[in-house]
Formats: sequence, C-alpha cells, structure tokens
Amino acid sequence: MAAILLIEDDPLLRRGLQLALRGHGHDVRTADTGEDGLREMRSSPPDLVVLDLMLPGIDGLEVCRRIRSAGRVPVIILTGRADDFDVVGGLEAGADDYVVKPAQPTVLDARIRAVLRRSVGDPDGVRAHRDLRIDTAALTVSLRGEPVLLTPTELRLLLTLSRAPGRVFSRQRLLEEVWEHDYLGDSRLVDNCVQRLRAKVEADPSSPEYVQTVRGFGYRFGPV
Amino acid sequence: MTGRLWPRGLRARLLVAVVLVTVLGAAAAAWSSARSARNALVTSTQQRLTAAVAGQIGAITPQLTYPPDQGALDRLRAAVGVHTLVTYRGLRSADGTGVEPVTGALRSAVRARNRLVTQRITAQGRPWLLIGTPIVITAPDGARTPSGIEVYTARDLSGVERQVDGLARSAAGTAALALPLAALLALLAARSVLRPVRELRDTARRLAAGDLGARSPPQGADELAELTVTVNEMADSLQASMAAMRKMQADAKRFAADASHELRTPLSTLAAVVDVLAAAADGMEPDARESSQLAISETHRLVRLVEDLMEVSRFDAGTARLRVDEVDVAGALRDCLRARGWLDRVELEAPDGLLLRLDRRRLDVIVANLVGNALRHGEPPVRVHVSASGDQVRIQVTDGGPGVPEHVLPHVFDRFFKADAARTRTPGSGLGLAIVLENVHLHGGDITAGNADGGGARFTVRLPRDVEDR
Repeated sequence: MAAILLIEDDPLLRRGLQLALRGHGHDVRTADTGEDGLREMRSSPPDLVVLDLMLPGIDGLEVCRRIRSAGRVPVIILTGRADDFDVVGGLEAGADDYVVKPAQPTVLDARIRAVLRRSVGDPDGVRAHRDLRIDTAALTVSLRGEPVLLTPTELRLLLTLSRAPGRVFSRQRLLEEVWEHDYLGDSRLVDNCVQRLRAKVEADPSSPEYVQTVRGFGYRFGPV
Repeated sequence: MTGRLWPRGLRARLLVAVVLVTVLGAAAAAWSSARSARNALVTSTQQRLTAAVAGQIGAITPQLTYPPDQGALDRLRAAVGVHTLVTYRGLRSADGTGVEPVTGALRSAVRARNRLVTQRITAQGRPWLLIGTPIVITAPDGARTPSGIEVYTARDLSGVERQVDGLARSAAGTAALALPLAALLALLAARSVLRPVRELRDTARRLAAGDLGARSPPQGADELAELTVTVNEMADSLQASMAAMRKMQADAKRFAADASHELRTPLSTLAAVVDVLAAAADGMEPDARESSQLAISETHRLVRLVEDLMEVSRFDAGTARLRVDEVDVAGALRDCLRARGWLDRVELEAPDGLLLRLDRRRLDVIVANLVGNALRHGEPPVRVHVSASGDQVRIQVTDGGPGVPEHVLPHVFDRFFKADAARTRTPGSGLGLAIVLENVHLHGGDITAGNADGGGARFTVRLPRDVEDR
C-alpha cells in the first residue's frame, strides 16, 4: 500500500480516481490546486504524487519542478495528449512517468507500482566503479564518499545498467525493465531519466563516464 | 494546312496582317500614281512627236510636185527621218530600212479616217510610236482632197519607257519604305495588346496553381482592362469563398478537437468509477451486475472513440509527429498480435531480421487496426504478409471473407463510414481506417484497399524503408 497524493482540480475526477486507486489498495489523499498540493507534501510527504498538468494557479509543470527540487518523491503526470509538449515538459520537469487521459485506473495503478518498486533482482552486495559506489542491498549510491540522492526510477535505471557493465541495453529493454511498460513504451522516458541520472553522478554530464550512449542502440554502464 | 500556314501567335498574326495591309495600300497608291504619271508622260511625248512629224511634213509638202514621182517620195521620206515610209498608190519610197513603220491596222485606219493616226507597237524589243498620215491637198478655196500620198513613220519610245520604269521603281521603293514602318507599328500595337494579355495569363496560371492572392493591375480603359477587372473580381470571389470554406473546415476540425478534449475529464472519471464497479460486480444482483457490465464496456468504447478522435484531431491540426526508431518488423508485428491475443488467430509471415526505421507505435496502430478489421468483418484465415523490395516494405493484411463490395472500396478510409447502414454498432470507432491512412501517409507511404483473388478483403500498406524524421 502506498501513500499517494493526487493533485487534480476537477472534483469528480479527483473523487473518482481516489475511489479507484483506493480499490487498488492505495491510500489516497487529494489536493485541488498546486499550492494546496505542495502544502500537503510539506506537512506529510507521500510515497508518490499523481499530478494533473492542467491546474488553476501555479501550473502542473511548476508544481512538478518544485516537488523534484524538494526531494525524491516520484511524480506521475496526467496529461491530455501523448504527443505534445506537455509530456516533454513534464519529463524535463522531472516526472518519472505519465498517463494520458482518459486515464484507465488499471494503467495508472501499474505505473504507480512500477515507479515505486526500488530494487532490481536480488541484491549482490556493493558495486564499486571508480568514485561511484552502488549498494544493492541498502539501495544507496555514493559518489566520492558523498551520498547521491536518486529517485526510485533513477536508482532502478542505474541498478539495471550497472548489473552488467559494458552491456548495451536498448531503450525498449530499459522501458520494460525499469518502467515495466509494454512493448510500445515511450523512449523519451529513458532519455530524460538518463539525463537526470547523469546530472547527479557524472563529473561532466556532456561526456559521461558511467552512463554512456551507444548511438542507434541505447545505453550501457561504463566501461569505467 | 491553313492552321500551319497562318501563324498561331497573336503577335505574329497582328504583324502579318498590319504589314500586309500597309504594304498593299502603299503599293496600290504608288502604282496608281505611277500609272497616271506614266499616262501623262506618254500622252505628252506622243503629242510632241506627232506635232514634230506633222511640222516636218507640212514644211516639205509645198515643194512637192503632184502627182509625185519616186524622187519626190524619197525626198519626203528623207525630210521626215529614218524609219519612214512614204507611199503613193503603187509607189513606195526607197530605203525603207529600220523599223517597218506600217501595219495593216494603221494603214486601214489612215485610209478610213483620212487623217493622222497613231499606233504603239513593240519591235526589235523596243517600244515604238507609229504615226501614219495622209497628205491632204488644200485648194485655194479651202477644199481638201486626199493626195493619195501617205507618210508612215516610227518613233522610238525607249526614252519614255525608261522614264516610266523609273516612276514605277520609285513607286515600289515608296511602298517598300512603308514595310519596316508598318512592322514597327504592328509590333507596338501588338505589344500594347499583348502585355495585358500576358499579365492576365500569368495571373490565371498563379490562380490555377493555388495562389489565390494573384491579381493583374488593369491599365487604361479598353476591353482588355475590363477583362482584367473581371478576372480580378472573379479571383476576389474565389478567394473569399475558399477562405470561408477553409474557415468552416477549420472550425469543424477544431470543434472535434475541442469536443474530444472536453470529454477527456468526465471520461476519466467514468473510467475510474467503472473500475470500482467492475471490482464489485461479482457480488451484485444479476440486473445490477449486467448494468454494471454494460456501463463498463460502453465506457471502454467511449474511451476508445475519444482516443481515436483525439488522434484524428492531431492529424488535422498537423501536430502529429513521427518518433522514428530502428524496428525489427517481424518482432514488432508479433508483439502487436500477442498484446491483443491474436497470435493464434492470425497467420504472420514476415522475414526475420528485417530492420526498418519507423515509428513503432504508429506501425502498431496500423497493423492492429487492419487485423482487427479483418477479424471483425472478414472470416478466417486472416493473414499478415510482409515483404521487402528495394527501398520499400509491403505489409499485406488479407482475410478469407467475402471481400469488400466494389462500391464500398472508395470509401473505406472515410471517417465514420459504415458499409452496412443496418450495422451501425460495431466495436470499432469508425475512425480506425482513417487513422491507418493518416499514419501511413505520415510515414511517407501509401495504402490501398482491394480484394484478393480468392475473394477476401486485402489491404496493402507500402512504407519506405527509411523514414525521415518529421
């Protein structure tokens, strides 16, 4: 059971989603504006935020940015269209995943569960690569002895890639393993998450050491 | 044949006509003035020659004896000059060298009229004036009797003829002088007519090419200017109606987009609450359970319809974008069929390892719609056949049903087109094939609907191997 904060301005949809997600076993609090939602977050941080991008007052993208800068709580955005800049903007603002309206509760539930899942496979101790230490049991990461605060999605991406250093993972494969999307996942999720991960672990994100791009194929960890 | 002889261009026709008329006019004028000048010249020369001959004869006749003998005739001949013949009954002056100055016609005219007669002939290649006159004896009382002596003489007219030729030449020259002038005038006239005509033609071409803002500035107040004004008015009204039509079309499309947009939030609510209903349906009374199930399935149908409407709106708005990836076609099609539980109902024949650069999600939409259609409206076996050739890949979806009626084929890609009016409720949104068409076009490919030899419906999609990102 996860503690979810649902930020949605339409009262009927808010209530409907609350009922449906509760039916899927989640504990759902709601907020009807971005300001209200951010207040709720401060008073009692949830496990995950479901955020409608179309909000009165400060808009969803801004709310997403503020949530991200305040901590590691994962965000799933509700967006009107899969193709437009809402998705791109939401991912750049730090969203972990998105669901297109009309949202199906089963789809939303599956995304929530995937985003909240932190571990990947069985822990195999500590993976140390030059300055980067990945503790697969404690699920912590440190760079030159300093802890790196990763969101659950970023952590899963790093765990997945570092499980087999040097091996190339296609975006499709990463979408299936990290986001648990079906075969039609949106590869922009991977690219955005890789960028955020690099910003946190790479000395120079424009010439990465740990998470490297293999043009035309996907990503690999190292070789360091 | 006349079509080929008569020049086709307006400019050439004007040129030929004006030059022809001008030169003919000038030639006629020159010819007629040359002719009257020539007549005057010839007449005066004739008068002068005749008077001279008469004078010569008059000077010698008093010295003649009558009846004259051979010697008198010879003297008379010598006095009048060469080319002269003097006769008296059977006598003829000797030394009749040169041009024979007498013709039968002249002699009979002289005898009949009994006075001086002239005739013009050509001899030895030159023009001559023949003068014949009887010599009349005038008695002291004034009575005139013919002496029987006749003088015939010939005078060379070459000099006059040369003068006349000169006149004709100068007339021809004058006419020729008019030629370049006429051509120049014709060209000027042609240009003043042709410039507006050419402008009109260019304007009409631009209009035809879709540039509805094309206009020609009217110049002057002639018929061509009127025509230009009329063409401009026509273009104005065309532009206005096109703009109105485009606006209506855009409004209709925006309405569909707005409507589907507005439907998303209540539909999301419905989808959420029927999810709760679905979980609780098992414990309900039969009627309530059936109602819940109806609400659930209809909500899903509505969701699909709105998703399709939004997809179509994106194509209409031009905001649909390709997200191109390298895709293993056989794998993608297998995924598509597997995700919908169709693997055991569809025969898939696709070469392994065929990699294409295309939008994976859109390929899925294309194939899922075509196969879904075949399964719903056709009969088994449903086949998906993929083949690659050159820079194209062909995906064929064929079913074993009765096929698509000929009159329906042209409309299968129309939005909300239903082949059978009675079958208004099918699980599809009525937009499936329209969306397929748009997706294929977005890839730069094409799709055709037809029937297989065996009779089943066959949809053939052709996609370029490497799609440009757009």
